Amino acid sequence: MTWLRAAAAGALVVVALLLQVSVFPHIAWEGVVPNLALLVVVGAALTRGPQFAMTLGFAAGVLLDLAPPADHTAGRWALALLLVGYVAGRVRQDLRPGAGSVVATVAASSFLGTSVFALSGLVLGDLDVGPAIGSGGLLQVVAIAVVWDVLLTPFVLPLVMRVLERLEPATATV
Amino acid sequence: MALLERPPRLPRAASEVRPTGGRERRWRTLRGVRRPDGRYSPDPRGTRSLLIALLMACATLITLDHQAGGAALDPARRVIGEVVGPAESAADAVVGPLTRIPGWFRTQDDLRDQVAGLEAENAGLRSELATADFDRNRLAELDGLTAAAEQANHALVPARVIGVGPAQSFSRTVTIDAGSRAGIEPDMTVVNGDGLVGRVLRVTSTTATVLLVIDGDSVVGGRVGSSLEAGFLRGRGVVGDDGRLDLELIDDTVVPARDDVIVTWGSEDGAPYVSGVPVGLVTQVFSNVRETTKRAVIDPFVDFSSLDLVGVVVPSGTESDRAVVEADGSLR
Repeated sequence: MTWLRAAAAGALVVVALLLQVSVFPHIAWEGVVPNLALLVVVGAALTRGPQFAMTLGFAAGVLLDLAPPADHTAGRWALALLLVGYVAGRVRQDLRPGAGSVVATVAASSFLGTSVFALSGLVLGDLDVGPAIGSGGLLQVVAIAVVWDVLLTPFVLPLVMRVLERLEPATATV
Repeated sequence: MALLERPPRLPRAASEVRPTGGRERRWRTLRGVRRPDGRYSPDPRGTRSLLIALLMACATLITLDHQAGGAALDPARRVIGEVVGPAESAADAVVGPLTRIPGWFRTQDDLRDQVAGLEAENAGLRSELATADFDRNRLAELDGLTAAAEQANHALVPARVIGVGPAQSFSRTVTIDAGSRAGIEPDMTVVNGDGLVGRVLRVTSTTATVLLVIDGDSVVGGRVGSSLEAGFLRGRGVVGDDGRLDLELIDDTVVPARDDVIVTWGSEDGAPYVSGVPVGLVTQVFSNVRETTKRAVIDPFVDFSSLDLVGVVVPSGTESDRAVVEADGSLR
């Protein structure tokens, strides 16, 4: 069952990556596309808790870091999604499941993930914030990313959570 | 660290294990506890050790990739690219028809459409090359003939954009559906009907990753068409209407005029950029007193937000798995 769950989560991440790289650019807003991999990680955190979500976030991040169009320093998305998995998983424990709390978690996670990614780029010298981008440009990208992720939440999160929940009911021994 | 340094010791009796069972207890609690309401609640300490382990893994990855230009992770990138590349190609093939419905209405034969498009693109490129100012100056410098011969030595491998890096990644890269089997190698120039697109960063057997000239890390040698002054074009890392390039001229006494055409300067053996490819028009000029340089803002000819069909400049006669457009417009 654990293997099945891991395989299902992996498949979700790969589908998310393909949609994000090949499909959504056609309707991108200022070049920003919804971060579906992040939504999968949040879904995993809300159903399975921080440990599973952190591992999945790390794996998904490594995939985002290494799969073709990526050219940034590897490990940055891994770091961002790992932290997202941790935070979203911890939040779950103090939260009543409901649509409002799910949307709030997604918004916070999206903000956290994109910001951590951008900040790690600044620290590593990957991302050169010239006068053209500026901190305003950075914040704009982060804001658009949050809006996208929240918009896609009703379509993606229920599906992800149902898949991961069905594969192992919450009452089963872990 | 302390655990590793402690000398290994075998338990002499079962009774001795129990008092020193701190480690054992910790491992047991890794599995988490069940709340009274039946919900599974992982143990914070176990979660924390996993968090630390994964953070270390991230740090390792970042360090590995940050050194020596990421050579350590290139094999991993290649392996993942070999698998994900065809999948991206397939995903693009599924959505492609939807986004290209208007274009597909006109002809039944996609291939013919593509060839006609590429021929037009090639003709467009050559006419752009003949941009009056630039050509006259080249002739005046008497290297026009050799340059033309060099130009004639290139061919174009057609490719489609199948994946676009998200703006959240802050790097402007795309995946194209032609790789080493199509004769593409790293550091080849990528153009389209309008002008310079970028250069090839790395290839897999069926795909290639292209760094767009508007990426913040991209530097291209550029020349002002009317004065032949050389300079460096840097990307700003922004797509859309603000997707401009900055040109810094080496000679600070020259002021490029508005609407001057900027073409590539070209490198030895045409890698990474062949010479004479149009890049864009000068829109604004700033002078920087402190660094005593002039900075011109260039509006690129290529619309980077809607990239689709591109051509990779390969040496003439390259073996390829698809039709190659030669410089004289013939298809091979």
